[in-house]
Amino acid sequence: MNLIEMDRVTKRFDDLIALRDVSLTVAEGEVFGVLGHNGAGKTTSVRLLNGVLKPDGGRCRVLGLDPNLQGARLRRQTGVLTETPAVDERLTARENLAIYADLYGVPVRECSRRVDALLLDFALLERADDKVSGYSKGMKQRLALARALLHQPKALFLDEPTAGLDPVAAHAVHQLIEQLSGEGRVVFLCTHNLAEAQRLCDRVAVLERGRIIALGSPDELARQVGGALRLDIEVRPEQVPAALDLLGRAGLEHVEYDAETLAVSGVARDRVPEIVQLLVDGGVSLYRVAPREPSLEEVYFALHAREEA
Amino acid sequence: MNRRAVAAIVRKDLMVVVRSKAVLLPLIIVPLLFLVLLPAMAALAPKLATLPGSSLAGMSTFIEQMPAGLRQTIEGLDESQTLVLLMIVYFMAPMYLILPLMVASVIAADSFAGEKERKTLEALLYTPTTDRELFLGKWLSAWLPALGVSLGGFFVYTLVANLSAWPVMGRVFFPNAMWLVLVLWVAPAVAALGLGVTALVSARVRGFQEAYQLGGVVVLPLVALVIGQVTGVMYFSIGLVWVLGIAVWSIDALLLWLSLKIFRRAGLIDRLG
Repeated sequence: MNLIEMDRVTKRFDDLIALRDVSLTVAEGEVFGVLGHNGAGKTTSVRLLNGVLKPDGGRCRVLGLDPNLQGARLRRQTGVLTETPAVDERLTARENLAIYADLYGVPVRECSRRVDALLLDFALLERADDKVSGYSKGMKQRLALARALLHQPKALFLDEPTAGLDPVAAHAVHQLIEQLSGEGRVVFLCTHNLAEAQRLCDRVAVLERGRIIALGSPDELARQVGGALRLDIEVRPEQVPAALDLLGRAGLEHVEYDAETLAVSGVARDRVPEIVQLLVDGGVSLYRVAPREPSLEEVYFALHAREEA
Repeated sequence: MNRRAVAAIVRKDLMVVVRSKAVLLPLIIVPLLFLVLLPAMAALAPKLATLPGSSLAGMSTFIEQMPAGLRQTIEGLDESQTLVLLMIVYFMAPMYLILPLMVASVIAADSFAGEKERKTLEALLYTPTTDRELFLGKWLSAWLPALGVSLGGFFVYTLVANLSAWPVMGRVFFPNAMWLVLVLWVAPAVAALGLGVTALVSARVRGFQEAYQLGGVVVLPLVALVIGQVTGVMYFSIGLVWVLGIAVWSIDALLLWLSLKIFRRAGLIDRLG
């Protein structure tokens, strides 16, 4: 069942087209990543899907509701982490959460318990009664995340959720996203962090100047950019020059190497046995041959390079 | 109407206001000046006027120009009592209106433009409140304290005026009916005026200071009233105060209509960038 749908959505700001004919769907329990440079249209998508902006063309539906017409009802079931934490620095963490619990309509008798539980989960309980102005960037980000989860939303929109977090806190956020997805909630993740997207997202959309240039799982995207593999070959150190020579003669020019490992890029899957045979016949001792799918990062830059071209 | 959400916005804005020195200081200093210092000085005016080189002679011309109705209020009073009554009851009346105006403007500037400046507005826009509820919350968070301060201030002013002028007047002479109309009818309207102008200005500016300074032009009509009263061009009678209230409430209605047209999520978030 699709919980988020965008159908040929266009959004303009005066002369600038922020989104152009964007269509996508996100299913229950799915973690959907939106990748793109600054200004690609990621934040505009979140705003449209929450009824904060109105599209100039096309149609959005979230949790079966039209954000444009049923915005207030929809926002009761969605949680949004904005790009900046947007927490009130003159208030304490507890006050911030208590006020938003009222705004989100959390049952009164549950407010205090839920606020405390989130403060504990996000490691803020000890400083819950300190003004937020004294918090680190990471603490503010954690508080904003806690706020987005206060009303137990069915759909969660996260705009750069780990920006400013240390690796331990970022790891905790990743675990949380996996847990939320496991509970059947849909997560719409806007990120610059490609490793994060690769780890968490079931599918991703790559936005470029308001247009989707690729959509699918990270593996599908890899195939879209040619399906070429990277081959890591570990050899005896003194045999690296010989191996380079053999690979060069076979027409494989994109080779990086260090003391004992050669990394051959752009290798078609069916050429792997041929390369292994070539090296063995040339007297090179192979300790390890590891074909690897291109990372999302490699795919992302390949897609952008293709667009630029 | 989601009253709990509206109350939460009011609570949030007030908590934020009382924790900012830049916002809180004018809210303390100006009322102290207008409601304690000035009436106390007004009560001392007769003594100052009898100092060498001073005189109450100008008073007689002023009194002669007063409408008959107002002249009745000072009949039977000596010159000192007349001076105290005119200053505390009539000259201070338009100055008192600066109080609700200033309180509403300062809080509205912090609530509307300040929230934008602190980058906390976007989170609020993602809550399940309607545009109307958001606006009502913001509106009440400036209007209610302005009413509170002007009402509380009126009681303080009453106390200070009667106590400090007791040696001259020898009786409780304040407030009169005109002041009751001023406090209960005109002051709420003037608070809404300051709020309405500041809300409109806030939509166009980036921060609290800019909104407060630009919104401050609304004080000019009140300054004109003060000058008009002191120079004898006009007198705050009960009739004039009723009419003034009607005029200000009418302007408020127009400002409210304009503000509601502007206060839309899409427009607000557009301006956030």
